[in-house]
Amino acid sequence: MTTNVSRREMLKASAVAATASAAGVTLAGVNPALAQDGGVIRWDKAPCRFCGTGCSVLVGVNDGRVVATQGDPDAPVNRGLNCIKGYFLAKIMYGEDRLTKPLLRKKDGKYDKNGDFEEVSWDEAFDIMAEKWVAARKAKGPKGVGMFGSGQWTVWEGYAAQKLIKAGFRSNSLEPNARHCMASAVGAFMRAFGIDEPMGCYDDLEHADVFVLWGANMAEMHPILWSRLTNTRLTKEGSEVHVLSTFENRNFELADNGMVFEPQTDLAIANYIANYIIQNEAYDKDFLDKHVNFTKTPTDIGYGLRADDPREKAAANRAKGKLSKISFEEYAKSLEPYTLEYTAELTKVPAENLKKLAEAYADPNKKVASFWTMGFNQHTRGVWVNGLVYNIHLLMGKIAEPGNSPFSLTGQPSACGTAREVGTFTHRLPADLVVANDKHRAFAEKIWKLPEGTIPGPKSEGGTLIHAVAMHRALKDGVMNCFWVLCNNNMQAAANMNDESWPGWRNPDNFITVSDPYPTVSAVAADLILPTSMWTEKEGAYGNAERRTQFWREQVSGPGESRSDLWQIVEFSKRIKVDDVWEAELLDKMPEYKGKTLYDILYANGQVDQFPYEDGMVTDGDGNAYKNHESEDFGFYVQKGLFEEYRRFQYEGPKKGHEMADYDAYHKARGMRWPVIDGKETLWRFREGYDPHVAEGEGVKFYGKPDGRANIIAAPFEPAAEPPDDEFDLWLCTGRVLEHWHSGSMTRRVPELHRAVPDAVVFMNPKDAKKRKLRDGSTCKIATRRGEIVTRVETRGRNKPPQGLVFVPWFDESRLVNKLTLDQTDPLSKETDYKKCACKVEKA
Amino acid sequence: MSAHPTSDDRPVSGRRDAKAVNRRRVLFDTAKTACGVALFGLGVGLYARNSQALPAEAIRPPGALPETDFLSACVRCGLCVRDCPYDILKLAELGDGVATGTPYFTARTGPCEMCEDIPCVPACPTGALDHALTDISKARMGLAVVIDQEACIAFQGLRCEVCFNICPVRGEAIKLEYRPNKRSGKHAIFPPVVYSDHCTGCGLCEKACILEEAAIKVMPIRLAKGEIGEHYRLGWKQKEDAGDALVTPDPEHKYNLPAGKRYDHAGRGLIDDTSADSPGSGTALDTLRKGIREAK
Repeated sequence: MTTNVSRREMLKASAVAATASAAGVTLAGVNPALAQDGGVIRWDKAPCRFCGTGCSVLVGVNDGRVVATQGDPDAPVNRGLNCIKGYFLAKIMYGEDRLTKPLLRKKDGKYDKNGDFEEVSWDEAFDIMAEKWVAARKAKGPKGVGMFGSGQWTVWEGYAAQKLIKAGFRSNSLEPNARHCMASAVGAFMRAFGIDEPMGCYDDLEHADVFVLWGANMAEMHPILWSRLTNTRLTKEGSEVHVLSTFENRNFELADNGMVFEPQTDLAIANYIANYIIQNEAYDKDFLDKHVNFTKTPTDIGYGLRADDPREKAAANRAKGKLSKISFEEYAKSLEPYTLEYTAELTKVPAENLKKLAEAYADPNKKVASFWTMGFNQHTRGVWVNGLVYNIHLLMGKIAEPGNSPFSLTGQPSACGTAREVGTFTHRLPADLVVANDKHRAFAEKIWKLPEGTIPGPKSEGGTLIHAVAMHRALKDGVMNCFWVLCNNNMQAAANMNDESWPGWRNPDNFITVSDPYPTVSAVAADLILPTSMWTEKEGAYGNAERRTQFWREQVSGPGESRSDLWQIVEFSKRIKVDDVWEAELLDKMPEYKGKTLYDILYANGQVDQFPYEDGMVTDGDGNAYKNHESEDFGFYVQKGLFEEYRRFQYEGPKKGHEMADYDAYHKARGMRWPVIDGKETLWRFREGYDPHVAEGEGVKFYGKPDGRANIIAAPFEPAAEPPDDEFDLWLCTGRVLEHWHSGSMTRRVPELHRAVPDAVVFMNPKDAKKRKLRDGSTCKIATRRGEIVTRVETRGRNKPPQGLVFVPWFDESRLVNKLTLDQTDPLSKETDYKKCACKVEKA
Repeated sequence: MSAHPTSDDRPVSGRRDAKAVNRRRVLFDTAKTACGVALFGLGVGLYARNSQALPAEAIRPPGALPETDFLSACVRCGLCVRDCPYDILKLAELGDGVATGTPYFTARTGPCEMCEDIPCVPACPTGALDHALTDISKARMGLAVVIDQEACIAFQGLRCEVCFNICPVRGEAIKLEYRPNKRSGKHAIFPPVVYSDHCTGCGLCEKACILEEAAIKVMPIRLAKGEIGEHYRLGWKQKEDAGDALVTPDPEHKYNLPAGKRYDHAGRGLIDDTSADSPGSGTALDTLRKGIREAK
């Protein structure tokens, strides 16, 4: 049992009581108040469960239950504040329909794809799963199995999964939902700087004079960061806010220069600004000479659709992204078409607004911070458009110093900490290593004590890189037969549900496992459902968008038989014999592994299991003791062992700059921003004095690249994959709202949040509504080439689309907007574009 | 306009199809009233007084005449209740504290959804709901009041704003009036402020308020409104209403200024025109502190 009484609270309560009795006073308030709480509340720190901001909260536990939370007043990110989702953290674990037992589709006592869900034991669940996984691995090779994880996984959950899939099953088919979320940002970081994640930090919100929001509805999606930005705008003389979006969102309420542009034309806007800077010779020549290379990227690269789609056949350089060097003059010439007149006409943004934006970037005396999220990342030219904004900052030398900051915000609480840093993508390994690099694979094999050649190269037999969207295609095509989805709701989240996701999951040849705390749309579509302990029901770590790693201790036990994803991954590995999933010739290289389980090889490997665990050893500064279910079960401090092995990638690996502090340090601190060297955090990277990896006299060094120079990458405007036409005459854009997190599986179970925003409506321009004989509140049908949904028209809500575009949030499982969306991706990053397809809206 | 307007035009959730019960219900309510009056004759006086004073949480449908006039005009027919497509209107029963048989709604449980065609109003046979009301944004059912600024978490700097987001008179009836959060030093506060010239009193905000007890409530206008003395006017509002200054503006002012400075007469005052690296470098906290020191 968890310790009920916090030491500090107990001392306080006794002190009050003692004082009172000494004074001969009966304190009327004290005892009843304690009785009401059923005792005293123990408080401990944890990061918020929701977005990538990484607010810290204090979690109050009484009698084995989270009874309250509060914003942590001492947390640097949020100083005691939360948004409306964070306000309800105490309620997210206590929805009535929490899953508490494994559920398997059965008929006549046996597993049956078309059976009904029945409660089974963990043993039975893992038995059938192991049987299916081994069979699929044998029949279809490494491609036959796949795992789909999350940017909401803890750091060690991602790391354990990475080992299980890439080293254990020897498959590259591990992907996070972060593929849908910031893969384009990663692609652009790697191309421009050779190292992932922002160079700046949230302090840029106080240091910048000019804020430019490129497709980030920060007001709703990063509410506490927006609160900081707003404060700066209110209190700093001369500060200004520029907002770009394809519809008027809540950012526009603060905007000095609000711009609604035609979808996809952000490419042209960014190029216009670069052109303006060059035409006016405003660029920082010295900076360019010392720190920048000029390159161009292949054009006409397709849209990440299936290969037989006519748009793919027509693409001259499908999915090509190899950069070639060009001169400054060639770069300047490539920008010449992007005049103010042309850009204003193409984008439908008034010329004066565009000019105002360009002037702000070009002003040598203004510090500019650019922010973007899904508007840029969920874009069929996402890597390009991320890069085009780096181009602007690099041209001006406005980068990597306080206030001058191109800042890719991230959506999920550990998209950075887990998906990106641990590299839970098909093509990645921890600490920015990639599977395509022979040396990187060899290094990972060395750390993991594996025979050479364990991790399949992408060109090897079965080593194919299958990204998130391609996974659903592979399931539909029967290439992949086993799929394990953890900590996300990909049936609701993935694009083109009708044509790809549903047929893939329900393909009779396939066995789909979903691990979740709640019965989501994905759970409904699964064959096996595993009940998951969530958030503070386990010990965890998240990494936010400013490179801040934050740890928490297990506060309460999960309900019923639920277990954390970490436990599930590690426990499942005990069921798999290495002889069943490794080819004999590989095993011959390390015959001592013969007959062992993946658990023995991956986790009980003398490294991960090196820290002994005993109950009561996890304590806070006040001496309260916390449970750790996983470590108790496995008999060693599993989170610590995984984290410390992972840290070896940061210190011994071929890529520097990712160094983190040791495990115990994070349990004490309210997060630290990496690289952390000798206990010192890094605020701004690549800048002498701020970044320990930049030597004295170097000034600025983009050390992710061998020559220390960043890439400016020329890329043109290219049209979207499915623009509106006569029949499907509107752009459809999807996204989130402040009150709900992602697919709503947690926030929709908070009654107050459900009451605040019960349904996903279609935000529509009143003129577009009128043309279709609709008005606010009308029921309407939204249809695309792939499906239709019915919902209600909203013409006076928080989002005000221009004519020709509608916006529908995706949180609502009763209106699955991803029946409508197109499974198009950026061909380079493989990230889905959820922001642009063609639809029609009519009266229902 | 049909008396049963566009029933297929209504929200996906919260609609009840069968309205047939309503006539029976009306008769039943009337009978109850009769019985009530007969059985509790002694209470008649009290009942009559009650019927004059509408409880604060009971809100009349859009277009309702002032309460006394409404009570004389309303024939308790229930047609407005029948035609409300969202089923939020209710006929008062004995014990509700509202004149029995008259229509009302309770914002916290069922606010007015502000139908563009206001079907309840034309349904009224007597004009107790004023047929001149054809634009729902002109309705004044009550007035939302952020009645507990201590409990409202937006006033504490938390990013809630649910009332602002749900308000159908977007950005006009409820506005967020940003101000710096002096406690945190680097965040803003987004407090909701209600504007009576746009608030219809629909109550969507009260329903949506995520607190256990709503911090924003729709009140009868007579309770909600204060009134400034006729002897004083807010100059900036008068200017805004007039569209220009009420007196002739000054000619351009000129100043003796050192190089690199200019002076914005009606605005920011002295401005550092060099605006080099650091017109506002340092944190917001630095800026705030600077301001305070200068004020001293």
